[in-house]
Amino acid sequence: MATPSNREPSNRELWEAAFSDAPVRDDDFSTMSGIPLDAVYGDDDGEFPGVYPYTRGPYASMYRSKLWTMRMFAGFGTAEDTNWRFKEIIRAGGTGLSTAFDMPTLLGIDSDHPMALGEVGRCGVAIDTLADMEDLYRGIDLGEITTSMTINSPAAVIFAMFVAQAEKAGTPRQRLGGTLQNDILKEYQAQKEFVFPPRPSMRLVRDTISFAAAEMPRWHAVSISGYHIREAGSTAVEELAFTLANGFAYVELALRAGLDVDAFAPRLSFFFNAHIDFFEEIAKYRAARRIWARWMRERYGASSPRSMQLRFHCQTAGVSLTAQQPEVNIVRTAIEALAGVLGGAQSLHTNSMDEALALPTEKAARIALRTQQVLAHETNVAHVADPLGGSHFVESLTDEIERQAEELFEKIDAMGDGSMLEGVIRGIEENWFQRRIADSAFELERKLNDGRRTTIGVNRFTEGNDDDPIELLRITGEDEARQRKRLDQVRHDRDQRAVDAALGRLRSDAADPEVNLMPALIDAVRTYASLGEIMATLEAEFGRHVEVPTI
Amino acid sequence: MAGERILIAKVGLDGHDRGIKVVARILRDAGYEVIYTGLFQTPETVAAAAIDEDVDAIGLSMLSGAHMTLAPLVVDEVRKRGADIPVVLGGIVPDHDLDELHRAGIAAVLTPGATAEQIVSEIAGVLAESPAG
Repeated sequence: MATPSNREPSNRELWEAAFSDAPVRDDDFSTMSGIPLDAVYGDDDGEFPGVYPYTRGPYASMYRSKLWTMRMFAGFGTAEDTNWRFKEIIRAGGTGLSTAFDMPTLLGIDSDHPMALGEVGRCGVAIDTLADMEDLYRGIDLGEITTSMTINSPAAVIFAMFVAQAEKAGTPRQRLGGTLQNDILKEYQAQKEFVFPPRPSMRLVRDTISFAAAEMPRWHAVSISGYHIREAGSTAVEELAFTLANGFAYVELALRAGLDVDAFAPRLSFFFNAHIDFFEEIAKYRAARRIWARWMRERYGASSPRSMQLRFHCQTAGVSLTAQQPEVNIVRTAIEALAGVLGGAQSLHTNSMDEALALPTEKAARIALRTQQVLAHETNVAHVADPLGGSHFVESLTDEIERQAEELFEKIDAMGDGSMLEGVIRGIEENWFQRRIADSAFELERKLNDGRRTTIGVNRFTEGNDDDPIELLRITGEDEARQRKRLDQVRHDRDQRAVDAALGRLRSDAADPEVNLMPALIDAVRTYASLGEIMATLEAEFGRHVEVPTI
Repeated sequence: MAGERILIAKVGLDGHDRGIKVVARILRDAGYEVIYTGLFQTPETVAAAAIDEDVDAIGLSMLSGAHMTLAPLVVDEVRKRGADIPVVLGGIVPDHDLDELHRAGIAAVLTPGATAEQIVSEIAGVLAESPAG
């Protein structure tokens, strides 16, 4: 770029240089009445997207290069059922897959475990062995479409199954693109689907990060998730601060394992909630990007811009949906999705209107996807990057959220005596996060009950609550029986000696905290050892986490 | 009502505990004595705890879709132990499941959007009708 040598380039010049290198979509970037639109607006020395500290977006061109990925979360029944739903999503124009697993899978037990009763295939797909994983992605080109998997405690095992099935189907691991949620810290804080205690769980996270850094250049090993923290009741500031604190903890974990920060940080990604308070959400995403960039550069010594550029997936708020007048949920979801888009999300899931009542029907899921398509293709909101940047209100709210988040970081850092990793683990062990989240949830409930907050159909405008109910998805107990039969068959057909040998090796690898467990896990899943068998083997070494119940 | 004891429980694998904690505080503020089992209970452990603690009602929270299997089992386990403690269910429960749940002995069902007032009055109603109460 030609600039006089005696001065630093302005932020606009830095942005122009980055923008001119970026591909641009074939679209008419003007308003309905034909007014041409710039890719971004702002003062020459103000903040710009794609320019440190990336408050206005990680990339200079944002949606001018590529619209967000419309990644619809799906999974129910058996792997075959979900495979069918995936193919529907692809046909309907979805551009990424996102896999929901059922509760037994999330907790690492098999479908025939007594605790699995009534839960098999309910909230997501049931995966017991590699055979189910083969059914799940059959006929889908995993080198082309990206896949995200929402799994945490048993993430390393499911990841091993994913790699093994893809390679068996002919796609080498280097070509696989996607995301493993694998964010165990927020499980203890909010989602509560934990198995092992925090420290051995963090070892598994370390192993997946190291493995992906070495062998899978297109893979995101951890998606640091505020979504569940928010759904569990936190405020927007707590969602932001706890999520980024967890992110810093994973960074410190990988640094401790000897990885170079720029070797893994570019593939950390985030997952935030899009709740109903429109401007606060947008300010939250902007503050998140600025904080992450600064901490990565200043505290963790990152030098690659990609290590500093926070990228995030976004999902509309499940808790904002009501069972009353469920069609109104389409409106809530549209507004929340718009906040995600104006906030610069890289991918988005929109909830279906019936999710306060049941798992979504196909029709409800399609309307949710159509909501994103209206935003993307009818409204022109994606033409200009960070369109609210420069608004006195949004800028001030961004600064205030950042300030409040920094106060929480100070507390966590002090809890860990100068280590965010130790501070987060201590905060979990002392129920600090859990208590704060429960307090915030109760406070919000109180405001609703006092009438200081309004939810349509709940505490105001309830006429119509007794209208005819909408049609809901019915899941029968047949899936559970089918899945158990399938597992029996796989156990019968496999070579039991190979299973025993692989589990034996896994146990001895697990006993040495320095060993990376991914190779032993991949070997084990290839023998069709089940998820429950593998998790039990690890539990024998790692022990089990028990939460002290608090109200 | 003061001093009436309520056991609230998470049965099965569902870890969603926002609702149950909010309900616990609402009931506590309304003057009940509330005991929370913690996560990952079975119908057996809930029934046993309810009897050990001599509670007047049991509240279950289920958001994972397993309520049709697990909630009736809690009622069965309580009755198997010769007790008649009313069981109230809260969570994501489709309307089309309500009749069957009532037939299985569930005393009341609270769904998303229930206000604090509704929760407290529903519990008070259930306790008033309870033979044990």
